[in-house]
Amino acid sequence: MKKIVLGFIFLMALSGVAVAAGGSDYGEQFGKAHIDLGNKASLQRGAKYFVNYCLSCHSAAYSRYNRVGQDLGLSDELVEENFIFDDKKVGDLMTIALRNDMGKKWFGKMPPDLSVVSRSRGVDWLYNYLKTFYLDESRDLGVNNLRFENAYMPHVLWELQGWQKPVYKTVVEDGKEKQVIDHLELVEPGKLTPEEYDQVVRDLVGFMAYLGEPAQLERKRLGFWVLLFLTLLIVISYLLKKEYWKDVH
Amino acid sequence: MNKMLTGMLGWVDDRFPLTKMWEEHLSKYHAPKNFNFWYFFGSLALLVLVLQIVTGIFLTMHYKPDAKLAFASVEYIMRDVPWGSYIRYMHSTGASAFFVVVYLHMFRGLLYGSYKKPRELIWLFGMFIYMALMAEAFMGYLLPWGQMSYWGAQVIVNLFGAIPLIGEQLAIWIRGDFVVSDATLNRFFALHVIAVPLVLIGLVAAHILALHEVGSNNPDGVEIKKKKDANGIPLDSVPFHPYYTVKDIVGVSVFLFIFVVVMFYAPEMGGYFLEHANFVPADPLTTPEHIAPVWYFTPFYTVLRAVPNPFGGVVAMGAAVVILFFLPWIDQNPIKSIRYRSVLHKLNLFVFVAVFLYLGYLGTKSATPVLAEMAVRFSEMYFLFFAVLWFHNKPRSAGFSYTVFALFIGAITLYDLLFRQDTSGLMMYTWFLPVVYLAVTILGPIFSNLNAEKPVPERVTE
Repeated sequence: MKKIVLGFIFLMALSGVAVAAGGSDYGEQFGKAHIDLGNKASLQRGAKYFVNYCLSCHSAAYSRYNRVGQDLGLSDELVEENFIFDDKKVGDLMTIALRNDMGKKWFGKMPPDLSVVSRSRGVDWLYNYLKTFYLDESRDLGVNNLRFENAYMPHVLWELQGWQKPVYKTVVEDGKEKQVIDHLELVEPGKLTPEEYDQVVRDLVGFMAYLGEPAQLERKRLGFWVLLFLTLLIVISYLLKKEYWKDVH
Repeated sequence: MNKMLTGMLGWVDDRFPLTKMWEEHLSKYHAPKNFNFWYFFGSLALLVLVLQIVTGIFLTMHYKPDAKLAFASVEYIMRDVPWGSYIRYMHSTGASAFFVVVYLHMFRGLLYGSYKKPRELIWLFGMFIYMALMAEAFMGYLLPWGQMSYWGAQVIVNLFGAIPLIGEQLAIWIRGDFVVSDATLNRFFALHVIAVPLVLIGLVAAHILALHEVGSNNPDGVEIKKKKDANGIPLDSVPFHPYYTVKDIVGVSVFLFIFVVVMFYAPEMGGYFLEHANFVPADPLTTPEHIAPVWYFTPFYTVLRAVPNPFGGVVAMGAAVVILFFLPWIDQNPIKSIRYRSVLHKLNLFVFVAVFLYLGYLGTKSATPVLAEMAVRFSEMYFLFFAVLWFHNKPRSAGFSYTVFALFIGAITLYDLLFRQDTSGLMMYTWFLPVVYLAVTILGPIFSNLNAEKPVPERVTE
């Protein structure tokens, strides 16, 4: 019996490894986002960048301004002053004025809602996406992206990051020489140093991770107490079981 | 006070068999005293069923079964409904937990021959529960109306279209439209919330009634009813209540601990419980790069994909589920418990578990030529398990063993030659997988005593 259980645990462990290996599709060649959801200041900065740079073309239509405020420790007044630029109320959803047909006309495609984009794309994807815009004459908008090739999005953060140009290298594939992008090079500096820009992107991605599931901050705190209660329940119920079963042979 | 309660109970008992039922199913239901770890999963399955129904009721209070509103209403539950995200995660984690528990419960049946005479009907009811559960999970997964909900449903409903003659019409009848649409969502909601749960509860009642009629099997596979004391109570039994109720509370607590760890700290389970692509609203015009069903369907999905012909694939997948119904008649070895079965039988069962897990893993991956090749071989081994199980029913002569071996190898080889192309250049090598498996399990008994069985004790051990 022991052997069966052990063998079974071994198999479970194996499948766990398989799951872990399978889950690595979201691994990124340009590094991980390393966000910190516990850092309120970072989330607040991220929220500020989000409403300033993203929220004019992208909506976050499942999220409410005051909920963001509550979770990030900002009063309704502060939220109204800093986050709302039109006639919306603090309890409203974070929708935008851009209509579907206009979005299609301007960008070829309506910019997607960003409420849960951190859950569909993953934070590392977003981090890499926002860092790898580069100049590309062949595109309508003049920019392309390494993480998301031919994305229909202008480099909104260009004045912070500046402009990057691709540096090519030659690789041989199937006997043919091919030019591929090796890395990106900053050709025109922006307002921020690369380190500062990196922090901006991390803040922004951190906020979007929060936005994907606002309850997660609370959930992880609450989980501890639930587990503590269950630990107690396990101990007590085990002792109860032992007491009842002591006469059974 | 006590007297009044007893009086009330008597009043009820004269009109309804309350005490009688309590005694029949709990306080005087004599269960074997040697239940082990594997016997927790029946009561746990019942717990998860209740959990799903209760959380489901609260979800229906806020969910909107409308193609335009469904996705947003789930996010509304996650954000604006008080405790909504906990209820939703309980339900979504519960779905996966249900399958974990049910798979382990079924595996227990395989370990200890719980489906064997006189418990065939319990097994059949259980299999119907499993089928209903798959339907329930499939239809529930459409409701969040994300990309994976939508395209998963599209793929599965299209399978019915592969049936000759009536297929196309049948698929349209199921969807209520030419593609998965609002009509499909609305009817799947009705089926998920009312129809299938009713069927499930009825089947669970039948499953338990049938069990309590014949009595539980146990890890030794010994009939405890053969040795009774003067009062007609089996010697190796304890009353279910309080003995197994207090024991199951321990199981429930440990289960809930694991459940809570997942629910609070990894509700997406790295994309296996909640798939990443399902956080994009359903879009009939954009097919996702990679459509994978949720993990609990993936073994059968692999079998489906292993056959190139669509209808053949549907038949193979259906057969992979349906063959489980016949376990009581396939496995007729008089020894129930694995404890007293041969080494080769243990090996066979171990290989089956590995095959099932690997098939599940393959189902989550895009089909590269190498993985597609493995899918075919492991699907073959999935079905061969049942053949080997049947072969191990009794000692077989050398001549019979060679004949069976040759027949199966011949069938596999013929299938390779007639119906398959060697796309990965691996076919000749992977051919050895089923061949070695069959050689060891079927020819093994001729050359070794690995098929020696142990004597079954008169009474339960431990």
